Amino acid sequence: MTAARVVLAVGDDVSTDVIYPGRYMATVLPAETPQYAFADNAPFNALLQAGKVSAGSMVVAGKNFGCGSSREQAVSTLKGHELVVVARSYARIFLQNAINLGLKVVAAPEIEASEGDEVEIGQDEVTNRRTGRRFRVEPLPAARQAIIDAGGLIAYTRKRLLESAGRR
Amino acid sequence: MGMTVVEKILARASGKRAVAAGDVVEPAVDLAMSHENAALVINQFLEVFQGTGLEPRLWDPSRIAIIFDHRVPAESPKTATNQKKVRAFVAANGITKFHDIRGDRGGICHQVLPENGYVRPGQVVVGTDSHTTSHGALGAFAFGIGATEMASVWALGHAVNVEVPATIKVTVSGALAPQVFAKDLILFLVGTLGAAGASFRVLEFHGAAIQRMPTSGRLTLCNMSVEAGATAGIVPADAETLRYLREEAGVGNAVAPVQPDPDAAYARTVEVDASGLEPQVACPHTVDNVRPVSKVAGTRVDQIVIGSCTNGRLDDLAVAARILKGKKVAPHTRMLVFPASGRIYQQALAAGYVADLMRAGAVVMNAGCGPCLGVHEGALGDGEVALSTTNRNFKGRMGNPASEVYLCSPAVAAASAVGGVITDPREGGLQ
Repeated sequence: MTAARVVLAVGDDVSTDVIYPGRYMATVLPAETPQYAFADNAPFNALLQAGKVSAGSMVVAGKNFGCGSSREQAVSTLKGHELVVVARSYARIFLQNAINLGLKVVAAPEIEASEGDEVEIGQDEVTNRRTGRRFRVEPLPAARQAIIDAGGLIAYTRKRLLESAGRR
Repeated sequence: MGMTVVEKILARASGKRAVAAGDVVEPAVDLAMSHENAALVINQFLEVFQGTGLEPRLWDPSRIAIIFDHRVPAESPKTATNQKKVRAFVAANGITKFHDIRGDRGGICHQVLPENGYVRPGQVVVGTDSHTTSHGALGAFAFGIGATEMASVWALGHAVNVEVPATIKVTVSGALAPQVFAKDLILFLVGTLGAAGASFRVLEFHGAAIQRMPTSGRLTLCNMSVEAGATAGIVPADAETLRYLREEAGVGNAVAPVQPDPDAAYARTVEVDASGLEPQVACPHTVDNVRPVSKVAGTRVDQIVIGSCTNGRLDDLAVAARILKGKKVAPHTRMLVFPASGRIYQQALAAGYVADLMRAGAVVMNAGCGPCLGVHEGALGDGEVALSTTNRNFKGRMGNPASEVYLCSPAVAAASAVGGVITDPREGGLQ
């Protein structure tokens, strides 16, 4: 099992205004949003922009990650850098958007990790290699698995559309 | 076991006799709303059809609403080009519930939808905006979704794999005191429940204080339900809902209100006595950091904002105008007012509210969302403090992470303008 390096650790109630500030919302295309990830956190944004954060790196967060606005840019901006998010819990719309766009998100209600830690993600638990502590993983709502299995909502809707076209 | 209002709505929309919290359903959508982010919805919608051999086709253009409000008039060539692209799509696809940048029928989506009678009790409403919860004020189940999910709705006509949310019953007894409003009630509730206290749940509102509350106040209440994490807020439709639809939204045909069953199953019940409530203020940088106004009175403010989808309605402007008529905004404070729609702006002009506010020193802007989320006008300087009737005070929300935002009712905002410090509107001389 490979471990991911925690490149950003944040607290509870991190809003989509922090992940992707509103003033960049005129930029909508997933190909263009990654440049504004955590734009108001200048040092972290600079690391991302310089390509110094490898794919699969981890953001660790507290409760209610992604609260606030429904802006999908808050997901596509993280997805563009191939970041993985492990949070204690998520706000509903952010979680749904993450599943729809295929951003890897894990809910671990007791997760504790700091920047620089190596964290392993398993099926039922995540392990912080530095502290040796293991944290249980809460399964995502079962209803959402079909979308993940299809490879995201675009592919899932395409499949459903073709099924209903076939029935007509 | 009986059903809650939202369970009944979802059962009807999914063609089932009954549903319960946790069931997975695919409800037909009655109304699908987007704003400028329709540009992204269009992009995702066209992608759905790629490689299918099918012509991209909207399931029902008459059920799609598009309202430009976030950046109006366009603040940049990029926005203007997005808006141009959306206009072309609207024209090509026969979308009639389209509200462009206009003084007659334009405005903020969460006011344009109700005032045009697009939202009815019992409907399923989705919107690519988190404050779509507003429309629960009319007894509809209304919730926010992302742009890709909206593209899926545009193609299929229903939401996919929706878990029926559990419901929290909120009963508000008593009567709100003078100078205490729906905004104070919802700030108090968000403070009590916490920013995630109603996550994946519906807030269903009941009680004497709700029955007495006009639809404008119910829109404020349901609007900010999402700030407690709620999927939706909902006020079961009643006589006031029917009055609003008839008198203010031009809906003449019969509507069928949906009521909860007496034995409906609730995840939790919350009881509030409105009579004891004082004006509330949400302090930086989370909406649940709520304190009574008396605890923060005297805090100096650089900018006051009255308006938005939360508090830009005629009642809100009337309260502010009544307090500020014949007075002056403090010299060190800027005051911005942005009505929720062109229609409300015109009503406020006719009633003299705009003149009262302007004579006091306020700048009355066009209807739009801009300052609330820091995308268009009203930016704050480093270290500055805003007192605003909008809905969020997250770090950087108004465009500058080095500023602070306090949230309050229009009465607190207007009363505070006079001295340029946070002020209790119940203080002598202001009522």
